[in-house]
Amino acid sequence: MRDETRRLQLPDSERRAHNYFYLSVRRLTRKKLAMACLVLIIIMYGSGVFAPLVAPYGYNDQDLSVVKQGPSITHPLGTDRLGRDMLSRVMYSLRTTVIITVTSLVTGALILGVSLGLIAGYFGKLADGIIMRVGEVTSAFPDIFLVLIIVATVKPRILQWVRGFEDATGIDWIVRLGIVDYTVISLALAAFSWFGMARLVRGQVLQARENQYVEAARSMGSSTRRILGRHLLPNVISPVIVSVSAGLGAVAGAEVVLSWLGIGIQPPTPSLGVMIFENGNISVLRSDPHLTLVPSSVLVLLLFTFSLLGDGLNDAFNPRAR
Amino acid sequence: MGVYIARRLLWVPVLLVMVSFITFALGRFGPGDPVEILLGQNFSEEAYERIRSQQGLDDHIAIQYARYIGSALQGDFGESYQYRGRTVTELLKNKIWISAQLNFAALLISVSLGIAAGLFAALRQGSWWDSATVAFTLVGQSMHVFLTIPLALLVFSLKLGVLPTHGWDGFFSTSIIMPALVLGIPGIAIVTRLTRASTLDVIGQDYVRTARAKGLPERMVRLHHILRNALIPVVTTLGFSLAGLASGSFIVELYFGIPGVGLLTIESLFSRDYPIIMAVTLLGTTLFVLANLIVDLIYPILDPRIRLGGDYVAG
Repeated sequence: MRDETRRLQLPDSERRAHNYFYLSVRRLTRKKLAMACLVLIIIMYGSGVFAPLVAPYGYNDQDLSVVKQGPSITHPLGTDRLGRDMLSRVMYSLRTTVIITVTSLVTGALILGVSLGLIAGYFGKLADGIIMRVGEVTSAFPDIFLVLIIVATVKPRILQWVRGFEDATGIDWIVRLGIVDYTVISLALAAFSWFGMARLVRGQVLQARENQYVEAARSMGSSTRRILGRHLLPNVISPVIVSVSAGLGAVAGAEVVLSWLGIGIQPPTPSLGVMIFENGNISVLRSDPHLTLVPSSVLVLLLFTFSLLGDGLNDAFNPRAR
Repeated sequence: MGVYIARRLLWVPVLLVMVSFITFALGRFGPGDPVEILLGQNFSEEAYERIRSQQGLDDHIAIQYARYIGSALQGDFGESYQYRGRTVTELLKNKIWISAQLNFAALLISVSLGIAAGLFAALRQGSWWDSATVAFTLVGQSMHVFLTIPLALLVFSLKLGVLPTHGWDGFFSTSIIMPALVLGIPGIAIVTRLTRASTLDVIGQDYVRTARAKGLPERMVRLHHILRNALIPVVTTLGFSLAGLASGSFIVELYFGIPGVGLLTIESLFSRDYPIIMAVTLLGTTLFVLANLIVDLIYPILDPRIRLGGDYVAG
């Protein structure tokens, strides 16, 4: 009797082996290239998050005795025209990248995109029609043009309001810390990235909702919320994970472009886009190429690792769709 | 099929109306008074009021918008704020031509090099050339213009001194080479990757084996059976990147000082020249939407299996 029950229960290791998510993660850990990219991303994001702790200097610490120096032991990536340490500035710029990519991806792609995709796919009809049409309008703007217009028109207004609020209350750190910049840019980029995710999730849900387990759950009297959250969401999550990697890269790139144009993150808050702009002209390139090449290379490394990790995730989570 | 095309075509104007209204409303919401932009720093109260009513800025925003769309449909996008006395249409015509040349050159580079490299790699699958191509596609896709521009400038202008650092002298000049190249690099990678993948897919198909079994010369098999079918997914992506190219090139235009649409748009964004921003948005969106539509329509022609209605057409 006891023997039989034991036989019925699979040991822990084998139960895990049948879990789809566990299997996918294990497949991913076997991919050397994807793991190397993951480590690089963790290093870059980690140095951004912990910039105040790990950066050797402050991002605005000027030392006019060591202006425009090449790489050395005290300044591994050299110094800029004000003698500011490039490595520290890159680290603080990565902090900006972390803040923008994470907030905009969580609010836009994950919260808005996934939930609207679930709703559109599951309820169909009117909800589907409205969500998809609105999405088509926001994605009909070429490239990041919608983001450009939103940031260029809305940010000055919000800055005005916040300044008024600061004057009225005596608080003085909201604008200074760049919180307005971060918020407006993240939200504008969220408006740019939600639809891709919503369309993806909708397509998955359209397939998944015809499954018998959904019918079974419905016949057992499960609430709509339970069906969506417990039955459909876990079954559509793997393409979401794959596209998050590509999404992070796209958002990071868009922020750099906005900041480079001068309508994104404002100096002195550091950003890769600001660094590329400040050192972008031909005479700097002639005399001190590292000033431009360092931030650009970090950007490309970021995009590159995200894209490779995305490929790895795709192979691991969608093994059949190659 | 007919119903499908009609529905897609009917949706385009609705989409354009919504896109233009969003842009219009954002423009009115944004900072800067159109009259002040028009008149500059010094103006009298009287002139202000005159211009304001002359431009119809006292009316409700919906009326202003309706009036704008009405004249835009007749090809009149109004007058630029920053360039006094010049119509948007006249300003844009020149710039679009320049940008189109640049983008065409970039597209030409991506397509020709991409298809050639992809096909070549796929036909020699597993060789060192194949591995090198794959490695290039991985790196090339992430090659942002922010890195390729300074590198190209360093090599071609500062070290070798063979190409000019900026400027524009038309399609047939050396000044187009660098901008078109940096603009085309991600495209080369994408086209190579796509061509390689779809060629590998096609090579394994039965009809390729049949064609070889019939004793067709290898050249015929490659051109007619492999290349034609392998290009289907490539064409689809090209449609998307066509519109993407037109808008993504503003960084390149700014860097190289090419007086195209991108440069004008960014300039207008800063000087709050909303008539130009509106026109560029409308034209860009139309281009983008139509490109997508055309791709969807070309698809069934290239691959008869996709033809709606299921009628079998012998290839």
